[in-house]
Amino acid sequence: MNWTIVTVFVVLFGTVTILGFAAARWRPGDMDLLHEWGLGGRRFGTIVTWFLLGGDLYTAYTFVAVPALVFGAGAIGFFAVPYTIIVYPFVFMVFPRFWSVAHKHGYMTAADFVRGRYGNRWLALAVAITGLVATMPYIALQLVGLQVVIGAMGVGGQGLWGDLPLIIAFLILAAFTYTSGLRAPAAIAVVKDVLIYATILAVVIVIPSELGGYGKIFAAVAPAKLILAAPTAASLGAYGGYATLALGSALALFLYPHAMTGVLSANSRHVIRRNAAMLPAYSIVLGLLALMGYMALAAGVAKNPLYADGFKQFGSTFAVPALLMASFPDWFTGVAFAAIGIGALVPAAVMSIACANLFTRNIYKEMIRPDCSDADESRMAKIVSLIVKIGALVFIILLPLQYAIQLQLLGGIWIIQTLPAVIFGLYTRWFDPRALLAGWAAGIATGSWMAGTLAFKASVFPLSVFGYTVPGYAALYSLIVNIAVATVMSLILNAAGGERRDETVAADYR
Amino acid sequence: MSEKPSNEAKRRRARWPVFLLLLPVLAVLWIPSYNSVEPQLAGIPFFYWYQLLWIVISAGLTLFAYLTGE
Repeated sequence: MNWTIVTVFVVLFGTVTILGFAAARWRPGDMDLLHEWGLGGRRFGTIVTWFLLGGDLYTAYTFVAVPALVFGAGAIGFFAVPYTIIVYPFVFMVFPRFWSVAHKHGYMTAADFVRGRYGNRWLALAVAITGLVATMPYIALQLVGLQVVIGAMGVGGQGLWGDLPLIIAFLILAAFTYTSGLRAPAAIAVVKDVLIYATILAVVIVIPSELGGYGKIFAAVAPAKLILAAPTAASLGAYGGYATLALGSALALFLYPHAMTGVLSANSRHVIRRNAAMLPAYSIVLGLLALMGYMALAAGVAKNPLYADGFKQFGSTFAVPALLMASFPDWFTGVAFAAIGIGALVPAAVMSIACANLFTRNIYKEMIRPDCSDADESRMAKIVSLIVKIGALVFIILLPLQYAIQLQLLGGIWIIQTLPAVIFGLYTRWFDPRALLAGWAAGIATGSWMAGTLAFKASVFPLSVFGYTVPGYAALYSLIVNIAVATVMSLILNAAGGERRDETVAADYR
Repeated sequence: MSEKPSNEAKRRRARWPVFLLLLPVLAVLWIPSYNSVEPQLAGIPFFYWYQLLWIVISAGLTLFAYLTGE
């Protein structure tokens, strides 16, 4: 165990713990109201929203998994960059409409909006369950980031003792989320970002000079991995996977409940528009972090006997921690590890709050206890946020990590199936809710089947079109099936006529 | 009544910058345009620095659309 790294880590972690509890008194509100606990009273301005969404979307898992993918697979792992380039124009154009209609009608979740727009509780239930199921493995994966840095510090022993630091960290997280709600991750995100930006600045300055410049770093990469494999006469090759992963992931990202929560906690639609221009700052950080995968290759950390145990236990996700330990003095490694560890707390907190909002609003209140009071609603959400987190913890401790990764992969394919109901719904009421539900089911089935044929290990499906293979992200292919079914069925059902319920009007969206 | 046409003109003027936001999307999806090692920049292959550059361009276009819109 390295005492310097551990001490710096524990001090920083302790600081954000105190901050998490103190956050309840930041712009105080009545925590017996769900929108105060679960949306921070919808009072966050441009800067706070920037920190919150940045901490929420660029998760600890991202910061470990993206460089790990580049480390192992090369150029294809860089798809995270075009992904984040595509997402913000989309957010800029679409999500101010979502904010406006949600503000007008007091919607707290995407399912709330679907319920109001289409007047169909089953479609709303489908959207809510999809959000819950897609997010829960994502929370579990946040623990992986934490687990890897704890492992790298050499803290803990065998069996349950080995998991004790993780359990403590998660109990802390559960406690301050319970008391402070969304204010806690918003406050902590500020600290996390200062640490992340400090780390990345040091990485891009110090490591290349240690390794002899960027030319040397890229020279260490196998030429075949340095750029994408070009199309052949029989297949579109890596081009198809790269482009569809970027586009599909971008379309899916803001459908996740934790992204919606971040959007809805803003105090004006202009906060969303400004943030679409400001959040790319994090994309730069992500792109530079991705290059750390190559720095780890050039530094030869995988062959260093010091890190052999770590790579054996965590695989290529150990590349970043190993590189940090090899390149920096211990105290700064502690800072960088704290950035990753605290980086896990922010999204895990927001995700559990988003799940709690979804369950309480769209399952408990809608289906089980329609007459529950505001205080009941808020209490229920707090309890659900605890259950969701404990579930994630048990999942990650007792089951193989592979399950969480596979479920997260499926989650991306499932969450995109809510796009027609939610995003098209922001522009038109032409689609029939029953048709959207059928499209959703068809999309879920197609996407899951595609992932199944790949043994749930990959999400790029080799679609064969007249003998030519077009590999593409299963989420995008299944979304096309979804939209086709929803369109055809809407044509039929609209022709049949009938009553059309919609509690919103065009002016609500502006 | 006389204000109405000018409002409409304003709205029309504010619309076109939004379509500039399609540029970064098309640029990064058109992979053949950047899938190469040369020209390098300070030792970084084109594939990498070109995409990082589009993050900045995209942010700039979004800022422009923000300032000229609504």
